[in-house]
Amino acid sequence: MLAIMKRELLSYFTSPLGYVFIAVFYLFSGVFLYLFTLYNQSTDMGSVYTGMFFVMLIMIPVLTMRLMAEENKQKTDQLLLTSPVSLPRLVMGKFLSAFCILLICVMIFVVYGIMLSAFADVNWAIIWGNIVGMLLLGSLCISSGLFVSTLTENQMIAAIGSIGINIAFILVDSFASVMPFKFLQDVFYSLSFYSRYNEFTIGIFSLSNIFFFVSVAFVFLFLTVRVLEKRRWA
Amino acid sequence: MIEVKNLTKQYGSKTAVNNISFSVNEGEILGFLGPNGAGKSTTMNMLTGYISSTSGTALINGIDILEDPIAAKKCIGYLPEKPPVYGDMTVREYLNFVYKLKKSKLPRESHLAEICELVKITDVQNRLIRNLSKGYQQRVGFAQALVGNPGVLILDEPTVGLDPKQIIEIRTLIKRLGKHHTVILSSHILPEVQAVCDRIVVISSGSIVANDTTDALARNLSADHKLVVRTEGNSEEIRKLLSSIPGMERVHVNREAEPGVWEYFLEAAQDRDIRRDVSKKLSSRNYPILMMRSNELTLEEIFLKLTTGDTYGTAEKYERTLDKHEKGGGK
Repeated sequence: MLAIMKRELLSYFTSPLGYVFIAVFYLFSGVFLYLFTLYNQSTDMGSVYTGMFFVMLIMIPVLTMRLMAEENKQKTDQLLLTSPVSLPRLVMGKFLSAFCILLICVMIFVVYGIMLSAFADVNWAIIWGNIVGMLLLGSLCISSGLFVSTLTENQMIAAIGSIGINIAFILVDSFASVMPFKFLQDVFYSLSFYSRYNEFTIGIFSLSNIFFFVSVAFVFLFLTVRVLEKRRWA
Repeated sequence: MIEVKNLTKQYGSKTAVNNISFSVNEGEILGFLGPNGAGKSTTMNMLTGYISSTSGTALINGIDILEDPIAAKKCIGYLPEKPPVYGDMTVREYLNFVYKLKKSKLPRESHLAEICELVKITDVQNRLIRNLSKGYQQRVGFAQALVGNPGVLILDEPTVGLDPKQIIEIRTLIKRLGKHHTVILSSHILPEVQAVCDRIVVISSGSIVANDTTDALARNLSADHKLVVRTEGNSEEIRKLLSSIPGMERVHVNREAEPGVWEYFLEAAQDRDIRRDVSKKLSSRNYPILMMRSNELTLEEIFLKLTTGDTYGTAEKYERTLDKHEKGGGK
């Protein structure tokens, strides 16, 4: 598992992808920080986190698109699948490599916090809470992206497919509002990523939200393992 | 030790591999021979657990590849048709990765250095794999299969893309490895299999058509009572002359090999040596014998006979098809 993770990380940083991804993430978060926080002379980063919600949903598919698609195309999956490594470990290795990149990205908010604390008091609990929130949302996007990437050998299809899934996540709220029955509305609202993520941004650190993100991520990782398993049996 | 019993693979209604059984002992090199698309790679993918079989079992050192894949895969070094190398890694990084992936317990530095020495990639160790030539990539793929010193080596066309000198080196290496390992080697190149393997399994459209030692295969199918003769003179007269030899069953005028020199296929009754009679008969009329050989089949011909049911004439038939095609195109 660690070997696969290390290899993927190495591959992120031997190609420009890792650097570009991190740079663009820093750029957006920096721009949001300037517009929503610094320009308003406040230390409240709530709107910055909200902005990052959309940035992450669009960007993370780029991070995950080649994880399995490239292996399928280059036939290097033959090496992985004929090695004495179990499929869940293989999938976890892939997941963790993208998660590491995400961690590097999200940690910039610690820097922002330190920067702001030079001018005024900063509520660190909220900052850490939001970092966890972003990591959870990111994990979900990574696992859904990894799932789509396993289905194809074309990186572009993998990226567009997982962006599609992520946009569907965003649209859940809009669907909920037009549902005819109260029951269906409740179901859709409880699936809403945005409202759950939003609770982090306004400083609510709720266990049920954490559980939601972790379990959806787990479902996608599980599906990924099943797809790999299925290919053996097809 | 590999045991394959009634292995079958179906893709929908298409049967890629049909009920094949064979076994390979330790210290034996098995050549897996067949035309393109015969099911060689599919079989190898099933043996290594990359794909599952529809029915039947494959045991690697007594472990079922589907029952306990992790344990079985530990014993296998696999070189697929396309070497599974990552272009964005250097050779050394890649081998380190494979070393960890296979959870090898051997001392890393010395083990990897030894492998690099064996397949002669020591001097490209620090280069990115994507910048290496096809031959070097193939050898890196080979090196990958050797990491962890697995007891079973499964090599899918290991010499593809190599130059003649490298081919000889790799063959020598496989032969040496075959003394202590169980090796399966697939190929559609006959001399290669002939040179390296102890035993040959010929597979054609998913089924085994022959399974024997290399020599026995050639012996069984060769025919001592068949001769190929070239002599100078009127072909019709010579044909009549040769036909008058007692025991001669068939005289076929094959072609004019040189101006005035014709080639004949002679077929006598089983177990009848006609070489002396032919020689005497021809010299009595002063026809010089320019060539005479018994029509012992080469492995190529055996191969064709097994896979198409025809010994010679395949090339001629194909030429005729081409001629027809050209005439059709000329209209």
